[in-house]
Amino acid sequence: MQRTIIDFWVGLFVIAGIGALLILGLKVGNLTSYNTGESYTLTGNFENIGGLKIKAPVKSAGVVVGRVTDIQFSLETYDALVTMAINAHYRFPKDTFASILTSGLLGEQYIGLSPGGDEEMLAEGDKIMKTNSAMVLEEMIGRFLFDKAAED
Amino acid sequence: MPKRIITSIQAIGHRVIDSIWRLGRAARFFALVLLKSTTSFLRFSLVIREIYFVGVLSLIIILVSGLFVGMVLGLQGYETLQKYGSESAVGTLVALSLVRELGPVMAALLFASRAGSAITAEIGLMKATEQLSAMAMMAVDPVARVVAPRFWAGVISMPLLAALFSVLGVFGGYLVAVVFIGVDEGSFWSSMQNAVDFRYDIVNGVIKSCFFGVTVTAIAVFEGFDAPPTAEGVSGATTRTVVTSALAILGLDFVLTSFMFRGVD
Repeated sequence: MQRTIIDFWVGLFVIAGIGALLILGLKVGNLTSYNTGESYTLTGNFENIGGLKIKAPVKSAGVVVGRVTDIQFSLETYDALVTMAINAHYRFPKDTFASILTSGLLGEQYIGLSPGGDEEMLAEGDKIMKTNSAMVLEEMIGRFLFDKAAED
Repeated sequence: MPKRIITSIQAIGHRVIDSIWRLGRAARFFALVLLKSTTSFLRFSLVIREIYFVGVLSLIIILVSGLFVGMVLGLQGYETLQKYGSESAVGTLVALSLVRELGPVMAALLFASRAGSAITAEIGLMKATEQLSAMAMMAVDPVARVVAPRFWAGVISMPLLAALFSVLGVFGGYLVAVVFIGVDEGSFWSSMQNAVDFRYDIVNGVIKSCFFGVTVTAIAVFEGFDAPPTAEGVSGATTRTVVTSALAILGLDFVLTSFMFRGVD
């Protein structure tokens, strides 16, 4: 077969292969949602984070506004220190409430932000003071049984 | 009686020593191919010619298989997930299983049977018809001129074929789940994009397929070069290429997976 025809097909093949990788990155993967614009970090102490993981979404009113970037155990307060990167488009009042929620009955856990009414906004590095721990099934069952026993 | 026992023990020992010798020859041959690869990069047209035979001609089988694998995944995934009311997760299921596992592995298996066997048969026949000896007589190194370009063509083609397989598979899943069954299109794509991480899933899949490309073509060129120069020998070598490649791919896949995906991040 002629050299030019082979070159043409191989070129087409390589372009298609690289195009496939791009499609995988952009359409299938989350390359588009990487570093979209600026972000600022907020932290919050949670008594119990349940099954929260790094990269879990931070949502407000169901809209993804950021991601969890770091989870550490805090030796000062003996609870979990969660760091999250919030998209710079979204500003939240100082008295925003952060709680760890579960999407669906068995879904992944995420942080839900419910904005308060404060005039001042949270800025880079601020700490969210009002937090609500993850719902742990065992504790709930335990409390339920305890309440039942108290009633009788 | 003891003589029979001794001969059977000897037979076992003979086999073990033989296979170790073969493994050593394969390793030395692999190093030789890498050492003599400079020609393939100085005369890259040799590699391009082989990419045509190894990669472009494998496209049809890769694309069609990818499409059907994706469609089956979409169908089976929907069938199971709808029992739990989470049929929108079918996009995640299709994309993750293709990008992480099925894309690289299936593409490599198909590549081994389509292109690997062809490489072995070609090199084996060249050896049987003494073309390789003739080249050596003319001071043309057969490893540099024949083996290395085929090796690099396979290594270059494999990740591209695997990526194309995955893309066609995702399209097949989309076709079945969204177009035929009627899963919501927005949640299909968004749940997929939420779950598939570029660095963690896609790059690891590409790394896997690079490993498979090296393994399959190394086995194929070695089997061809090492084949006994008879018709029977070439046919046996071709069979061994497919069998050894398949086993190597699946075994290596487990090892790579256990290094890449440890369940926690």
